[in-house]
Amino acid sequence: MSIRTLVARVNNGQTTARALVEESLQKARKAEEYHALLSLTEERALARADEIDARIKGGEQVGLLAGIPFVVKDNFLAFGAPTTAASKMLENFEAPIQATVVEKLEQAGAICIGKSNLDAFAHGGSTENSAFGVTHNAIDKTKVAGGSSGGSAVVTALDIVPFALGSDTGGSIRQPASFNGVFGMKPTYGMSSRYGVVAMASSTDVMGCFAKSADDVALIEGVMAGQDAKDMTTLPDYFSPLARVPAGLKVGLVKEAMTDDVDPEVRRATEQYAEKLRAAGHTVDEVSLPSVKHSLAIYYIVVPAEVSSNLARYDGIRFGHRAEGVKTLSELYGRSRDEGFVTENKRRIMIGSYVLSSGYFDAYYQQAQKARTVLINEFNNLFSQYDLLLMPTAPTPAFGIGENTADPVKMYLSDVMTVPMSLAGLPAISAPAGVSESGLPIGVQLVGPMKADALVIATAGQMEQQND
Amino acid sequence: MAAIFLGLSLVQYIPMSTITTNDVRHLAQLSNLQLSDDEITSLQTDLANILDYINQLNEIDTTGVEPTYQVTGLENVWRDDTVDTGTVTRENLLNLTPDQTDNSIKVPQVLA
Repeated sequence: MSIRTLVARVNNGQTTARALVEESLQKARKAEEYHALLSLTEERALARADEIDARIKGGEQVGLLAGIPFVVKDNFLAFGAPTTAASKMLENFEAPIQATVVEKLEQAGAICIGKSNLDAFAHGGSTENSAFGVTHNAIDKTKVAGGSSGGSAVVTALDIVPFALGSDTGGSIRQPASFNGVFGMKPTYGMSSRYGVVAMASSTDVMGCFAKSADDVALIEGVMAGQDAKDMTTLPDYFSPLARVPAGLKVGLVKEAMTDDVDPEVRRATEQYAEKLRAAGHTVDEVSLPSVKHSLAIYYIVVPAEVSSNLARYDGIRFGHRAEGVKTLSELYGRSRDEGFVTENKRRIMIGSYVLSSGYFDAYYQQAQKARTVLINEFNNLFSQYDLLLMPTAPTPAFGIGENTADPVKMYLSDVMTVPMSLAGLPAISAPAGVSESGLPIGVQLVGPMKADALVIATAGQMEQQND
Repeated sequence: MAAIFLGLSLVQYIPMSTITTNDVRHLAQLSNLQLSDDEITSLQTDLANILDYINQLNEIDTTGVEPTYQVTGLENVWRDDTVDTGTVTRENLLNLTPDQTDNSIKVPQVLA
């Protein structure tokens, strides 16, 4: 059932916010084996549901999302349970504020029922780096959920809630969406506020959602979007859902994302999606984005550099984990950070320290930011001729739990298709595009130029209608 | 290790990035991480592999290209210099600290 239909049913008394919240909590308890949720915010959620039901009974218009339960990735500051970022560092951190996007959703009447698992501090592509255990794929429990927003993808796919929030720094919404067969939207950089979300890489972090239809995505993104005085990088308001997709769009299929190294079933699904676009009256041409091949190297310089800076704040002094039995201040910093971070956090912090250190700064950090410009120029060039780009979301369907954990570089390769858009700040949706022979979901990305979020979502919606 | 990247860079990158245990210790110090010896050994391998991979950036010709640090062309954003504490109180923030006394955060001795 669409979110709009659910809201209408709450408003006309066919159901209640309390009934929806109770149903979601019950489903969440039944799905504990997936380990998709780190906490339930039951008490607060039920109280909010009763308040919303009372307001509706009193004839009040509560909002676009009246009574709709949702889940936040546990790096969004939200009341009702600790915000852990799936780390020992923040295991007991009770947020004193809520993230702007969480506040906006609540003002529209949505109700947060729990907080989902992630790779600690959102560092990873499988949710295996959580300090609190692995999340299992919604379709095949022996496979990873993807990441870093794995828990949010799984709760959406399992229909525990109609939508869930994620953050996407290099693919952390799109890749798990593709692994679990749901829609996942990474908006244009700056469309929605980052305020109150545990910062990873400030120049690529964006907040978005998982949902089961493009129409639901449009609705949720519309509520989340907007300029925020608390996040100076937010763009002036521009997002408005598109009622109809323009006829005859020109779509470019990125050939560098369709090489022999990409799983044949993923390539076939992408080609079939291109056929569907053609059947709807759009044209699809093969295009070249040469810098795709360097994007991952650029990403793994720029992002660790920003990570090392953003994670410097976790020092055991003002909040977060503090090591016991230390004698000096420097020992307190060093031990608290060693105990509070998982190995992947340490790798990225140290790579960041390396590429930013004097002697290496020009060769790595500056060179990466220049290469980023080359990539952005290639995108701009393509978008002067094409409305949208199409490419797979990930080179393979979900891989096995434990399959890539021994080799960080191999793990990073699952991000190759998603990082280019993060580096360029472009909007991209991962849309379901069929399943592999073994039944695993495959996703494709529709990518637009800056601020073309509504077109990206609406086109995914048009293709979804073709499935029905 | 071979950095295979969509079949386009089937180059065997020469491991230029020999990282010694002392390098790892130095990076850990810069990063305020007090690592165990086991961690130093395993991170030595990981960091060398990651650096081998990112070294492919040397292949890109960026002569005359300006770096991009921020993608939306944002310049500095100013606001009035007025205090806005929002909804957060001093007590809220102090309650987040692991150890407090007399409205202050307690830390170990700074100077030996």
